[in-house]
Amino acid sequence: MSEHSTSRAVYFLTFGALLVLTAATVIVANFDLGWANDVVAMAIAVTKALLVLWFFMHLRYSTRVTVLTAVAGFFWLAILIFLTLNDYATRETLFPFTGK
Amino acid sequence: MSTRSIEPAVAHGAGHGHPALQHHFDTLEQQKEASTLGMWLFLVTEIMFFGGLFLTYVVYRSAWPKEFMAASSTLDWKLGAFNTAVLILSSLTMALSIWAAQVNRRKQVVFYLIVTMILGLVFLGVKAVEYADKFEHHHVPGPEFVWSEGSHAEPLEGAHSEAPPLQDEFAKHVQVFFSLYFIMTGLHAVHMICGIGVLAFLLVPSWKGRYNSAYHNPLECTGLYWHFVDIVWIFLFPLLYLLGAHAT
Repeated sequence: MSEHSTSRAVYFLTFGALLVLTAATVIVANFDLGWANDVVAMAIAVTKALLVLWFFMHLRYSTRVTVLTAVAGFFWLAILIFLTLNDYATRETLFPFTGK
Repeated sequence: MSTRSIEPAVAHGAGHGHPALQHHFDTLEQQKEASTLGMWLFLVTEIMFFGGLFLTYVVYRSAWPKEFMAASSTLDWKLGAFNTAVLILSSLTMALSIWAAQVNRRKQVVFYLIVTMILGLVFLGVKAVEYADKFEHHHVPGPEFVWSEGSHAEPLEGAHSEAPPLQDEFAKHVQVFFSLYFIMTGLHAVHMICGIGVLAFLLVPSWKGRYNSAYHNPLECTGLYWHFVDIVWIFLFPLLYLLGAHAT
């Protein structure tokens, strides 16, 4: 039970997928999609991160408490970013100190 | 996902008497789960550590999007993409070294660790070339900073005549991008250096065959750290290098 030696094929496939996604994000970056630029770039980056977490970092074999710890880390990061932007995005003038 | 018990395993007696089993654990499996959880708790603090910088990036970029785009387009995305591929490959070799331990292939453990370290050094070498280029072009924030690239600047609404020249104002904001660039990639590079150092410590025990199918916690935890640093770069690459790609 303690051994979950993943077959090497899974690692090579993960590696291949990460390379393809890297190429995709580079190609997409050459087109101006307006507001979607960041959405697409971040969607690809999050997909890559999930692949690394799930396969390379063995989260799929980890105990629930370990998965919960990992999720909690990113959840708190989301709180940090979301609540801070709540402030900045709702100010009357975004950056008064710039003299705008 | 099946559940993994962390209760003292009765059926799983493989760990008892194993030299790597510390006295306060019942089984090797329990010991491994404890170290993995502990490593993840550390990684959570790392998420928040880098998270603060990513947040800073988001706030300042939303304030000065044109400046950030102009600054980003001076970075060489080809070098960034190359380094991304190098890091992804190093994550593969890191995972393969753990795989080699799991199937008791001692020499392959050492081989993959060395390849991982070399790839880490290649990454840092490319980074050094990029940093040198930034110094050469006076793109390092500070008194020596010079911004002579195109500015895409438009007159600010309600700008008064006594306001400082637009170019200066633009260059000041461009410097914020480069400050973030150096802090974020610099902190990431420090993590790479630490990772290579830890990998070096694993070489001798690996060569002696200490890591095998029964016990390889140090490899596993170092792998978690190495892959995490990879993930940080996966986000840094598009945010820093590709932001201005379509503007050039």
